[in-house]
Amino acid sequence: MSTSTTSTRLSDPHAIPDRPEPRPFALVRHSLQLARRSLLKTMRTPEQLLDVTLQPMIFIAIFVYLLGGAIAGSTHDYLQFLLPAIMVQTIMMSSTVTGTNLNTDIKKGVFDRFRSLPIARSAPLIGSVLGDLIRFVVAITVTLGFGYLIGFRIGTDPLQLLAACLLVIVFGFCLSWVSVLIGMLVREPGAATGLGFLVMFPLTFGTNMMVPTDTLPGWLQAWVKINPATHAMEAARALMLGTPDASGPVLKTLLWSAVLLVVFAPLAVSAYRRRT
Amino acid sequence: MTENVIDRWSPAPDPAAGEAVTAARDGAAIVMAGLSKRYGDVTALDGVDLVVPPGAVCGLLGPNGAGKTTAVRILSTLTRPDSGTALVGGIDVTRDPDEVRRRIGVTGQRTTVDDILTGRENLETWGRLYHIGVRTARRRADELLEQFGLADAATRMVRQYSGGMRRRLDLAVGFLLRPQVLFLDEPTTALDPHSRNEVWQVVASMAAQGTTVLLTTQYLEEADRLASQIAVLDHGRMIAQGTPDELKSRIGGHRIDVVLGGDGAVARTARGLARVVGAEPEVDAAASRISVPVRDQVTTLHDVMRWLHDNEVEVEDVAVRRPTLDDVFLSVTGHGADVGRAAA
Repeated sequence: MSTSTTSTRLSDPHAIPDRPEPRPFALVRHSLQLARRSLLKTMRTPEQLLDVTLQPMIFIAIFVYLLGGAIAGSTHDYLQFLLPAIMVQTIMMSSTVTGTNLNTDIKKGVFDRFRSLPIARSAPLIGSVLGDLIRFVVAITVTLGFGYLIGFRIGTDPLQLLAACLLVIVFGFCLSWVSVLIGMLVREPGAATGLGFLVMFPLTFGTNMMVPTDTLPGWLQAWVKINPATHAMEAARALMLGTPDASGPVLKTLLWSAVLLVVFAPLAVSAYRRRT
Repeated sequence: MTENVIDRWSPAPDPAAGEAVTAARDGAAIVMAGLSKRYGDVTALDGVDLVVPPGAVCGLLGPNGAGKTTAVRILSTLTRPDSGTALVGGIDVTRDPDEVRRRIGVTGQRTTVDDILTGRENLETWGRLYHIGVRTARRRADELLEQFGLADAATRMVRQYSGGMRRRLDLAVGFLLRPQVLFLDEPTTALDPHSRNEVWQVVASMAAQGTTVLLTTQYLEEADRLASQIAVLDHGRMIAQGTPDELKSRIGGHRIDVVLGGDGAVARTARGLARVVGAEPEVDAAASRISVPVRDQVTTLHDVMRWLHDNEVEVEDVAVRRPTLDDVFLSVTGHGADVGRAAA
């Protein structure tokens, strides 16, 4: 834009409203706007995506080539068993980033500015969670791509694969609210990361991700069977490999997702209100 | 105050509300009446009254912990007061915060712009949150970048900005909509003198466009430079209010500080200088410093130097300086500004 047009527009009193008018669907619009900000920031700092790019590849390589032969007798068989679960694990670990980023924003005073705007209180939180969905998409793409490269093949059809991916994203979205709550409760961004991992470790590793449930001691089996992550991993396996029947685990995963969302989203929003 | 005024504005009348109501009716941009806020044992604000007319620039002056930030947070709807009334644009901040938020811009002590976005992207992002539409937001971003001297840096990431540029961008965000009232909390803290000057120009240009500005500062010079009205806060109380000229005539103008070398006869020199300038100097015996008020900078400085020379006083340092916040506090409260106190 040239300087001359800028100055004529400057003098136009109708160019800029002196106050924003209320518009319909404000929460949705503001959340999407803030999701865009979060997305833009992620794209600008690709190193922030290491946990959803390099990390799943390393995990796959370690587990498959180091342990696969011993556990499953064949690295290829083990890859088939492991990969859908690694996809879920990567997304769960990655969900902790949302809480860390929010905590950083609060410390920087960005949320004070949000709160001095006529936008819904929860919009910055929703926007942040939505913006981080891109991380899940990257995680899935990398995991599947790398898996295919070293020999993973789906036993079903592309539609069921797509369903598996969507299900994992929905699960990740609902689980993100746990991370948001942590981000609201702790004082330092570093603590949000630390506590997030502390919560995610028993959830991700306390599953049948690496070995079948019936090889575990009884007390651990009990935990594995109620762990929502187990259901998500089983659902992903079933949808990608075709065995066993997918409907049970899929339904349980969706139910757990709903429970996580209904419990943790309101808790996170209310912690946010108290914090700021 | 009359019955119906109270009915209309203040269903729960408190003693201060009457004044606030009258001021709001007179169209004041900002009204604080009997405003109090405590954080645990700390009283951040203790019955503060202030009226700022529309279009004015009000400087809220005080040391750390005086309650400046608390006042701004209450007025910008971020904190609720314990008692008293706060009106912005005639609207009660506790009763209709959303309506207040539609009228204000806020820039806090910490800059809130995103390092890894460009200057333009930062403005556009915030512009969209103000519902001004993608195209208007883009246009307004360009206008502001131009106006705030950031046009050349529009496509650079904020990470590469200097402190002053970053602060100006942050101010531009607060000014996206030409708000009716703008709150700036210590806009030049931690900036070098050059950047400080740039920020002052920007603030002055915002005020020139009709926006009422309330800015907090620890620097008398800053309030003097920008404000048409100065209010001095101390320990949560308003201890002085008026125009910069009124305040300065109360504390006097420039001063000359003389620091004696060696053992230097401080008392004798102080008496001598008192005769030279015709006013009582302040003496800090421990630091061998004598501070004399100045009527006419050049003549007084000349007289002082000649007297020191004629009397063969061993001098380590002589400096002409502007009055500081400390001088304001000395003259108003009799004690210094006590700058080290915890921030409110």
